[in-house]
Amino acid sequence: MKHPLSAITNRLVILVPYLWLLFFFLIPFFIVFKISLSTTAIAMPPYTPTLGLADGFSGLLSQIGEFSFDNYLWLTQDALYFNAYVSSVIIAGISTFLALLVGYPIAYGMARAPATIRPTLLMLVILPFWTSFLIRVYAWIGILKPEGLLNQLLLATGVIDQPLVILNTHSAIFIGIVYSYLPFMILPLYSALEKMDYSLIEAAQDLGCPPASAFWKITFPLSLPGVIAGCLLVFIPAVGEFVIPDLLGGSQTLMIGKTLWNEFFANRDWPVSSAVAVILLLLLVVPIMFFQQAQARAQEQGR
Amino acid sequence: MNSSWSRFNITAIVLGFAFLYLPIVLLVIFSFNESKLVTVWGGFSTKWYVSLFHNQGLMDAAWVTIRVGLISATMATVLGTLAALALTRYTRFRGRVLFSGMVFAPLVMPEVITGLSLLLLFVAVGLDRGFFTLTLAHITFSMCFVAVVVQSRLVTFDRSLEEAAMDLGAPPVKTFFQITLPVILPAIISGWMLAFTLSIDDLVISSFTSGPGATTLPMKIYSQVRLGVTPEINAACTILIAIVACGVIAASLVNKRREVQRLRDEQAAQRG
Repeated sequence: MKHPLSAITNRLVILVPYLWLLFFFLIPFFIVFKISLSTTAIAMPPYTPTLGLADGFSGLLSQIGEFSFDNYLWLTQDALYFNAYVSSVIIAGISTFLALLVGYPIAYGMARAPATIRPTLLMLVILPFWTSFLIRVYAWIGILKPEGLLNQLLLATGVIDQPLVILNTHSAIFIGIVYSYLPFMILPLYSALEKMDYSLIEAAQDLGCPPASAFWKITFPLSLPGVIAGCLLVFIPAVGEFVIPDLLGGSQTLMIGKTLWNEFFANRDWPVSSAVAVILLLLLVVPIMFFQQAQARAQEQGR
Repeated sequence: MNSSWSRFNITAIVLGFAFLYLPIVLLVIFSFNESKLVTVWGGFSTKWYVSLFHNQGLMDAAWVTIRVGLISATMATVLGTLAALALTRYTRFRGRVLFSGMVFAPLVMPEVITGLSLLLLFVAVGLDRGFFTLTLAHITFSMCFVAVVVQSRLVTFDRSLEEAAMDLGAPPVKTFFQITLPVILPAIISGWMLAFTLSIDDLVISSFTSGPGATTLPMKIYSQVRLGVTPEINAACTILIAIVACGVIAASLVNKRREVQRLRDEQAAQRG
């Protein structure tokens, strides 16, 4: 484009969001890493050293000398952190699998619904996502409590004669995660299944393939990009989830997001919570890059 | 398609939507409960809404939440739209991979990490935590959602319209405002709404980045939920749900009307 003005606007279109994200998204991670190498101090901010040029360049060098990996050593010594990481990954993994089991039939049903009602169904899936996450989690407390609505219903219909204990257990966390993240699972599955050519299945069945094996041989492999995208969209945020384990899991559950929160707000130990965040990020870097590549590929195809 | 399959499909959809909507419906129903117990029905009453409006702390928090939401959604829409343009229009520029990474990563980044890192940034640059830092944080995470929404519209956009305008001598900036913007406007509007709802819903990032005097509604609700479930919170939640539902319905009606208008224009253009 030849306009001299357009060269500047072109540059601005890229530069403004680029610099914003660089400053508010990327640089903060380096600060987190820096502080994870610091020591706790009773001061504001509550850590040392605070890098600065107040004592000249040599002062800065000696401050850098104070950095240590003590916080990371501390994380390996206390079994609490290790257990929290492991149980976060396990809980997120099980929840993701359950979300796939629940979401797949819904997405499949939507994809095969008459084309006229599909937009409405799609909007109905997205709509709960617009209501507050906190509210949706809160709603389950009243349902899962020992004297809650689910137990009342099951007792009244005679299915059980003792109230089930669900709240403050892992089951409550599974329900909470599946419920809150279900739209994230359904949407990519739906868009993969909707694009599928269903004459393939008809052909398979005409040739005598039973429906179940047609599903595993044709439908499922073709929907695999949607399965992967959906699972990543549920798994990654679920690993670091705080609200759900805090409100539904009770004090017994160990999840890393909750540990980080407590370390920060209850113990006011900023360096250790930064170290917890760095390790959590390292844990998620591989799935996040996977996700980003899947997004980029989808974008290339959409072009 | 045989009938057993479609029966399976319908059952899956009905059960799925029941699972998605029943908890919210129950929450709304029990906000009108006379009894103080949230799970035992004691008759219809709106007294919790009355007591809600007399709760000054909650009202202040609601006001903070709405102001942060309006400002941050507007800023996030501008930045997010620019980011979407940068991603779809400029396939080659230095650091593009890093840029697209920075746009997509916040979508899945655990909120505790985003919140902590932003807080440490604000402390490092010496910004006092409060309304301003809260707004900056909300702009940052919601602009990426706006970028994704607008980008998905831009990808399907017919570039020949723009090229035609520029061939006829329209400068690029004018082309953008007269051709591109009207076409992607529905996506920008839904991006704004998404940014606004994300902002008024956020608990974790707000808790990290806000300071004294800038308590948002979710923070207030959260601290009360920890003390126990009360019908007053149900009432507060119901009002939030109602606001969001009205917004979404209004937006979809506007979109539908625009769509109808567009189809009519296209038909008229083809006939003419």
